[in-house]
Amino acid sequence: MNAVTPATATAPAPVAAPEFGLGAGAGAEDAGGAHRLRTEALTLAHGRTPVVRELDVELPPRRVTAIVGPNGCGKSTLLGGLARLLEPRGGSVLLDGRALSSVSTREVARVIGLLPQSATAPDGLTVRDLVRYGRRPHQGLLRQWSRADAEAVEAALDAADLHELADRPLETLSGGQRQRAWIAMAVAQDTDILMLDEPTSALDIGHQLEVLEMVRSLAARGRTVVLVLHDLTTACRYADHMLAMLDGRVVAQGAPAQIMTSALVRTLYGVESTILTDPVHGTPVVCPTGLAASPGPAADGANGTDSGGS
Amino acid sequence: MTLRKTLLRGLLPVSAVLLAVVAASLLLGAGDVGPARAAAVLLGGADGDADARFTVLELRLPRTAVAVAVGAALGVAGAVLQATARNPLAEPGLLGVSAGASFAVVLAIVLGASATTVGPYAAVLGAAAGCLLALGAARLRGAGDDPVRLVLAGAAFSGMVGAASSVLLLVNQRASDEIRFWTVGSVVGRGTDDLMAVLPVLLLGLAAAAAVSPALSSLALGDDVATGLGHRPRRVRAVAVTSVALLVGGATAVAGPVAFVGLVVPFAARALVGPDLRRLLGVSVLLGPAVVLLADVVSRLVVRPYEMPLGVMTALFGAPVLVAVVRSSRLPSL
Repeated sequence: MNAVTPATATAPAPVAAPEFGLGAGAGAEDAGGAHRLRTEALTLAHGRTPVVRELDVELPPRRVTAIVGPNGCGKSTLLGGLARLLEPRGGSVLLDGRALSSVSTREVARVIGLLPQSATAPDGLTVRDLVRYGRRPHQGLLRQWSRADAEAVEAALDAADLHELADRPLETLSGGQRQRAWIAMAVAQDTDILMLDEPTSALDIGHQLEVLEMVRSLAARGRTVVLVLHDLTTACRYADHMLAMLDGRVVAQGAPAQIMTSALVRTLYGVESTILTDPVHGTPVVCPTGLAASPGPAADGANGTDSGGS
Repeated sequence: MTLRKTLLRGLLPVSAVLLAVVAASLLLGAGDVGPARAAAVLLGGADGDADARFTVLELRLPRTAVAVAVGAALGVAGAVLQATARNPLAEPGLLGVSAGASFAVVLAIVLGASATTVGPYAAVLGAAAGCLLALGAARLRGAGDDPVRLVLAGAAFSGMVGAASSVLLLVNQRASDEIRFWTVGSVVGRGTDDLMAVLPVLLLGLAAAAAVSPALSSLALGDDVATGLGHRPRRVRAVAVTSVALLVGGATAVAGPVAFVGLVVPFAARALVGPDLRRLLGVSVLLGPAVVLLADVVSRLVVRPYEMPLGVMTALFGAPVLVAVVRSSRLPSL
């Protein structure tokens, strides 16, 4: 651990893992042809309370975007809005420039795949059965199960490394395997954009890595992935792009190495922290050191130092 | 489970059972025509035996056809309602859907309508009302977490509607003989006319169930996942409830309230072919008739020369299954 060095908070950490970096317009040219999703003054509400307020964000195509922020900041709500689970209260979500609400839900299902937290499976459902559900948007009364569907299911099982478990009922799998099966379902849907709501919550770190490595390999194959994540260090490690949210607004966005500062951590969580650099991958590592005296962006003097808590 | 396995484990054995029970239904009865005479009629060798010909062709054959139609409708309705409520105990009879249907028919009769022509439509409306009330009760806070509560709400509703039917029975003595039929299910004396009157309703209900089954099975993964897969959960549920109302309404119009079939059939079908709704429906549409016919055949034999009403018989079969399901350490989640 002696290789770990505190990064200065004002200057962004200079090292970003090259294979993940959005650096210097690298993403702009090779994104041709990918579907693009962005929001315009998007407001989302549960009942009367607005949860996401007038948000303008764009998902970088073929990159992994992580949405982070404290509980109740509107992360999952934003994801729900992007995935048309919630109707915008104001503004709009634009898929390739068209309002998402004006596109048929079936057509959207061929572009955007979604794994919400509320996913449940009936008893006895096997992994392969579950993954086959992902082909639903490609089927209809006239277009029944085809060779392409079967190939997509096998490819998704491959991507999730689930071939040996394909005929096992879901309830007999470990948490990580089950989560991989759900992601495989979304992968079989074969959409350009994939949205995962806290795919690693309640998993131990081994299972978390299984899931996140899978996410990376999907992005490497040209998918645009959006994740809601709780853990900042994990988000920094696996995302190319970060949206940090507080009270329904995005307070910072960009490459993790550029935006992850102890001031941001204090703003988001009211926690003092030291930002280190991952000795292997060069990504920011957030070490919480204690509660901030008063939450919010206070004086910058204590950045990167141990504030001693309280 | 592959298509071949579904065939081997589900459709083939259930078809064989159904054929056997159909044969038994034509051969066995409470009256004097025994299996030998009945078999002679079926094989075309009993031209002189007018008594046997009448019994087999005019009584048992239509009755068998009615039982097959009712069983198919109730089996499929049970599977669809369980998937819609996501509750393995959601059964049209237990939830008051059948009670709503029969009350509507009783009301129509008291108001002067003919049971054969108006009955099916009144029954469908009553079934729809019962369905919506039961599912509405299930959506109340907390009830969704506990499958048994839905059944309690249904029992309360059934009791209320049953009491209302009894009141009508007391008030209107003239119609009471006709009404009494609707308080306990039976296929006795039901003929081709009765069946033809409800057949369009039942076929429409089966078609709706088949059409909605892929989308409805996606709802088992959660509403958000289903939306992500391109379905509209509210619309899917509306079609599912409509199909249940058509099936239970049609079945009740021709046979009165027959409980427990919608519980037992999907339960057994799930054990045979697993949780996939489309395979469940395929098996239920054959297993339902087998169960209802079996109950009907037994009801003719246990108290010969009298008959026990079919609804009593299915309750004798079904109630132990309900108790077993509730007592099993853990209800299967749908």
